[in-house]
Amino acid sequence: MKAPLSWIREYVDLPEDVTTEALAAKLTALGLKLEALHGGDITGPVVVGRVLNLVKEQQKNGKTINWVRVDVGPEHNDPDFSDETIGTGASRGIICGAHNFEVGDLVVASLPGAVLPGNFAIAARKTYGHVSDGMICSARELGLGDDHEGIIVLAPDSASPGDNALAILGLDDSVIEFEINPDRAYALSLRGVAREAALAYGAPYRDPAAVVFPPANEDGYPVLIEDAGRCPVFVARTVTGFDPSAPTPDFIASRVKAAGMRSISLAVDVTNYVMLELGQPTHAYDRAKLSGAIVVRRATAGEKLTTLDGVDRVLDEDDLLITDGSGPIGLAGVMGGATTEISETTTDIVIEAAYFEPSGIFRAQRRHKLPSEASKRFERGVDALLPPVAAQRVAHLLAEYGGGTIEDGVTQAGDFPRPWSITIPADLPARITGMPIDADTTVNHLLAIGARVEVEAATLVATIPTWRSDLTDPYDLVEEVARIVGYENVPSVLPPAPPGRGLTREQRLRRRVGFALAGAGLVEVKTYPFVGQADFDKLGLPADDVLRRTVDIANPLSAERPSLTTTLLPGLLETAARNVSRGRTDLAIFETAAVFFPTKDGTKAPILGVERRPSEDELAALFAAVPDQPRFVAGVLVGAREPSGWWGPGRAASWADAIEVVSEIARVLGLTLTTRAVERAPWHPGRCAEILLGGREIGHAGELHPSVVRAYGLPPRAVAFEIDLDVLIASAKAPESPTFSSQPLAKEDVALIVDESVTAQTVADALREGAGGLLESVRLFDVYVGPQIGVGKKSLAFALRFRAPDRTLTEAEASAARDAAVATAVERTGATQRA
Amino acid sequence: MTQSNFDPVEVAVLQPEAIDANVADALAAIAAAGTLDELKAARLAHAGDRSPLALANREIGALPPAAKAAAGQRVGKARDAINQTVAERQAVLEAAAEEALLAEERVDVTLPWDRLPVGARHPLTTIQDLIADVFVAMGWEIAEGPEVEAEWLNFDALNLGPDHPARTMQDTFWLEPPDGGLVLRTHTSPVQARTMLGQEPPIYVVCPGRVFRTDELDATHTPVFHQVEGLVVDKGITMAHLKGSLDHFAQAMFGEGITTRFRPSYFPFTEPSAEVDLICFVCRGVDSDNCRTCRGEGWIEWGGCGVVNPRVLRSAGIDSEVYSGFAFGMGIERTLMFRHGVEDMRDMVEGDVRFTSAFGVEL
Repeated sequence: MKAPLSWIREYVDLPEDVTTEALAAKLTALGLKLEALHGGDITGPVVVGRVLNLVKEQQKNGKTINWVRVDVGPEHNDPDFSDETIGTGASRGIICGAHNFEVGDLVVASLPGAVLPGNFAIAARKTYGHVSDGMICSARELGLGDDHEGIIVLAPDSASPGDNALAILGLDDSVIEFEINPDRAYALSLRGVAREAALAYGAPYRDPAAVVFPPANEDGYPVLIEDAGRCPVFVARTVTGFDPSAPTPDFIASRVKAAGMRSISLAVDVTNYVMLELGQPTHAYDRAKLSGAIVVRRATAGEKLTTLDGVDRVLDEDDLLITDGSGPIGLAGVMGGATTEISETTTDIVIEAAYFEPSGIFRAQRRHKLPSEASKRFERGVDALLPPVAAQRVAHLLAEYGGGTIEDGVTQAGDFPRPWSITIPADLPARITGMPIDADTTVNHLLAIGARVEVEAATLVATIPTWRSDLTDPYDLVEEVARIVGYENVPSVLPPAPPGRGLTREQRLRRRVGFALAGAGLVEVKTYPFVGQADFDKLGLPADDVLRRTVDIANPLSAERPSLTTTLLPGLLETAARNVSRGRTDLAIFETAAVFFPTKDGTKAPILGVERRPSEDELAALFAAVPDQPRFVAGVLVGAREPSGWWGPGRAASWADAIEVVSEIARVLGLTLTTRAVERAPWHPGRCAEILLGGREIGHAGELHPSVVRAYGLPPRAVAFEIDLDVLIASAKAPESPTFSSQPLAKEDVALIVDESVTAQTVADALREGAGGLLESVRLFDVYVGPQIGVGKKSLAFALRFRAPDRTLTEAEASAARDAAVATAVERTGATQRA
Repeated sequence: MTQSNFDPVEVAVLQPEAIDANVADALAAIAAAGTLDELKAARLAHAGDRSPLALANREIGALPPAAKAAAGQRVGKARDAINQTVAERQAVLEAAAEEALLAEERVDVTLPWDRLPVGARHPLTTIQDLIADVFVAMGWEIAEGPEVEAEWLNFDALNLGPDHPARTMQDTFWLEPPDGGLVLRTHTSPVQARTMLGQEPPIYVVCPGRVFRTDELDATHTPVFHQVEGLVVDKGITMAHLKGSLDHFAQAMFGEGITTRFRPSYFPFTEPSAEVDLICFVCRGVDSDNCRTCRGEGWIEWGGCGVVNPRVLRSAGIDSEVYSGFAFGMGIERTLMFRHGVEDMRDMVEGDVRFTSAFGVEL
C-alpha cells in the first residue's frame, strides 16, 4: 500500500514539521510496517519543455548526440538564447543522447539547480562543444522505474512548457509504502492509513467516508442477489451522459500513479481512486452493453467467462458471479468481464459497490490465480457499510469530471451486516501484556480505534467499528490496546519455568553420534530431501525396489525431483561429487536426516475441527496418516582414508572403513552389530554388508557398485554406509554395572583353515558356541591366504580368552575348552586346524 | 705352628700404605673410565675377585688374631670406597649415555601432522545444540516432530483455516494426493500443536527443526531451512515473559547488552503478535547510519512472536481462562548468518566440506 503524504494530510491535521520518516516510524510502531519511502527526493526546477528544434551531431567516438532547443516556459527560458545551428529566441539549449523524440514533443527537463534521486545535481555544463543548460530526463533518472531506453515523452497537449513536471508525474509528493498485514484490511486505504496517523499523533481526523448519499429507492438499475451468504449487499448507481473522452484531472491521475497504479481513463481512474481513498473496490459497467437485471449467483460447472485481462476462464461451482441476461459478466470481487467493459464510446455507466464474503473471494482468487487489487481487499474484509458511500463518491467524481448526470435511481439489494461487539474483562490487557494498563486507558484506546464502549462494572463491551472485521476475539482488543500503549513499554521478565529434565537420552545420544562421526574424521553436510526416479536409476535400483516407493510432492520446485527421498545416498553422492569437482578428492562426509516412506494404505490425514480438542480416536487417525519418516545416518568416503606423507604410504578408504564407521556409531551407543553379506544395489555385489542389530536389518555398509561410482563421477572404489539411527538409538539401553572375575586369564590362540566362502562370522560363532561357559572373548586377529594352505582356502587366526569366576584355570581346563571350541568349528565349517 | 703361617711378604699387602696405594690406583682407573665398558673393566680390575684388594683380603686369616680386626676393617673400608666410586661413576656415565642417545633421537617436530582425517559437525547442527542448551539451562525442554506433517496440525490447529489469507503468506509444499491432508511443514509450529495435545501445562519447550517452503535457492532463500520455535503455556504468562525470554535468548546468542524490540505484527497463531528485532550487534544502535549490517536501522529483524491465540489453546483442549502462553520463532540460518558472518545461504546447503570444517565441532 502506497500512501502519498499529501493525501494523508488531507484527512489528518498532522503537525507541519512531521517528516515522512518520522510518520513512517510511528506507523511502524503501530503495526503498519514501513516497506519503502518514495518520492520527495527531487528538488529544484523539473519542468515540461517543448522541443523547438534539434540537430543531430555525429561525434568522434561514434555516438550521435542531439543538440536541442527547448521551450521550458517564460519563467525558465533564457530570453536571449541564440545559437547558429538550432536557432534564436526565448528557450534553452540542452544536449541529449536519446533519440526517441522529435520536434514538437513535450519532454521533461531538469534545469540547473535541480537535484535528482541519488543526489544528482543538475548544472549548466560544457559538453560536446555546447553549453548544455539542463537535462532531458528518462524515467529512471527521475526514480520512476528502470526505463532508460529513451527520455520521457508526454502525451501531446497534455501540458504546457514551464508546467511543474513533478506534479504531472506524481513525483512532487513523498509516498510511504507499507507492508500491510492480512489483519489490517482497513489500512489498504488512505482512509485507514490516515486514521492510524491520527492515532499516532493524537491529531484530529476527518473520515473521507463521511459523505452524504441518497437513500435507496426502487428506480435504480435492477439487481438480484441469489447468494446472500456470499454477497450480503450490492449497491448500484448510474451516471448518464458521461463524456468518454474527458481527461482524468491531474490530482486523480497523480495520486493513482503515486499509489503505484496506472492512469488509464477517467472512468477507470475514478474507481481506482475511490478504492484507494476508502478501501472499497467498485466496478463500472457500460450500461449499453448490459442486458437486463444484474444477478449475483454462483456459477454452474463448466460455465465460461472472459475476464478483463482477455483470459477465457472455465468457472467452478464455488465461483460467485455477476451476471446479466447474457450470462456471466464478472467474477465477483475479483475481476470484471470483457463484454461489459467501459470503452472510449461509453456514455452511460452503472456503478457496482458490493460487500463480498472474504473467504469466497480468497478461494476464487486462488483458484483462478488472479490476485487483483479488488480481491486483495475483499478477501481481507472491507467495511460492510461502505458500498453506498463508495458508489456515491464514484458517481460524484464521474459526473464532476466527465460531465455526466447522476440518475436518481439508487439500487440497494440485500442488507448491511449487523455490527458486533466483544466483551472483555477490563483488566485483560494488563493480564495478557504484563503492562500496567488500567481500565480507563483501555476504554480510551478502544474509543480511539473507533469502537463504542460500554463499561459494566469490571467488564467492557466494545461495539466494533465496521471497518475492523479483523476484531472478533477478546485478545484482538488486547492487541489494539497494547499497540497504542506501545510495545516498547512491555517489561522484560523471565517466566518461572519449573525445573526441567534436560535433553532426553535420545537427544543426547544423537549428539554423541555426531561427535563420534566428526571424531572419526567425517564432515557433516546438509542436503535437500528431494529426489526423482532418475536419482534411483543412478543408484542402479531395480524397478521394483522398495526404495522407489516414495512420498510425492504435488507442487515440486523441479519436475525432475518431485519426491521425498527414501535414502540419503543420492544427496551425499551428489555432494561428494561437488567436492571432488572442486578439487577435494579425499573426502569423508555424513548426514543425519529424515527419510520418508509412504504409509501402507495411503489413508488421508483428516481435517479435524478446531472448536474443541479432537477425540483420542481422531488424533490417533491423524497421527497414523502421517508417513513414517525415520532419521537415518549415512556417509560416503572417497579417496584416501589416510593420506600418504612423510610417515609413509597412505591408505585408501575401503569397504571395511565404511563398516568401521558404523561400528563406531554402535560403540558410542553401547550396542554390538553384526554383518552379513548381501547383494543389493547400489552396492558392490561382493562387498556389501547388511548391518544387523540382533537379527534385524538396520542398514548397509560397504563399497559402492562401480557403475554408481561412475554415474556420480567419483574416484574409483568409493564406499558408503546408511543405517536407521532411530532404531539404533531406541535400542541403546542405559548401561548397567558389569560383574567380572578377578581370576587370572588363560590365553589360547587357534588358526583354522576354511574354504574362502566361509565367513569369519560363522567360524567365530561356532568357536563361541563350542567353547562353553569359561570363554570370555573371541577375537579374529589374522586372515591369511597363500600357497601354504592351498588354493581356495584361507586361514583365520583367533585369540580365545578363558577365565573362571572362582579359580585359576588349569592348563588342562583351558586346552580342553579350546579343543571343544575347535571341534565345533570343524564340525560346522569343515575347518582344519592349521599346524 | 702358631707362627708357621707368618709370612712378612704376604702380610705386607695388608699394610695401610699398600691398601691406600691400591685404592688410589682404583680411583684413578675409575675416574679414567670414559664409557660404561671401560668402567666395567676398571671395576673388575680393582673390585673384582682377582683384584689386589680381594687377594689381600684372603691374607687376613694369616694374621695374628690381634691384627685381624684392624686389617679386615682396612680392607673393607678400601673396598667400600672403591665400590661407591664405581657406583657414582656408573650413574654419571649412564646419564651421559642416555643424553647421547636422546640427542641422537632428535626429530624435526615441524613436520606436518595431517595424517588423521579431521571431521566436523555442520554449524546448523551445532547452533541448534547451542540454542537448545540455552533453553535447557532455563528448565525448558526440547520438543520434536515430523517434517511431513498433517495439514491440520500445520495450519488448522494454529488458527489458519482453509480459507485464511495468511495461508498464502507461506508457500507450502503439498503432498500427493493434493487432498490427502499432508504437507511438508512450513514452520515448526505443528510441533507446538503436538506438544499441547500431548502434555498438560505447564509447558516450556523449544522446537528446533527443518522446515520447507517453495522458495528457489538464492543468496538469501532456500526451500529447505531451519527454525527454532519456543512455546510456553502456564498460569499467569504475559508478553513480559515473552520479552524476558527473548532478551535472555538474544544475549546468550549475541552477547551482553543485546536486547530485543517488539513491533506489532500479525500471525494467526498469536494475538497480540509482534515482530522481534535485535539491536544491531555491530553498531549497537550508535551511529547506525554508516552501519552495513543494519543499513542504518540500528535494529535487525530476527523473528516473530506473540501471545498464544486462545483459539489455538482451544483446539488443543487447554482452558484459556486458566492458562495463557506465548510463542516465538526464528530462522536458524539467519541466526547463524548474524552470529558467524555467513554471507550466502548457498554455503550452508551446498555441502562444501571447507564450509563445515571451518566451524569444527562446537560454536
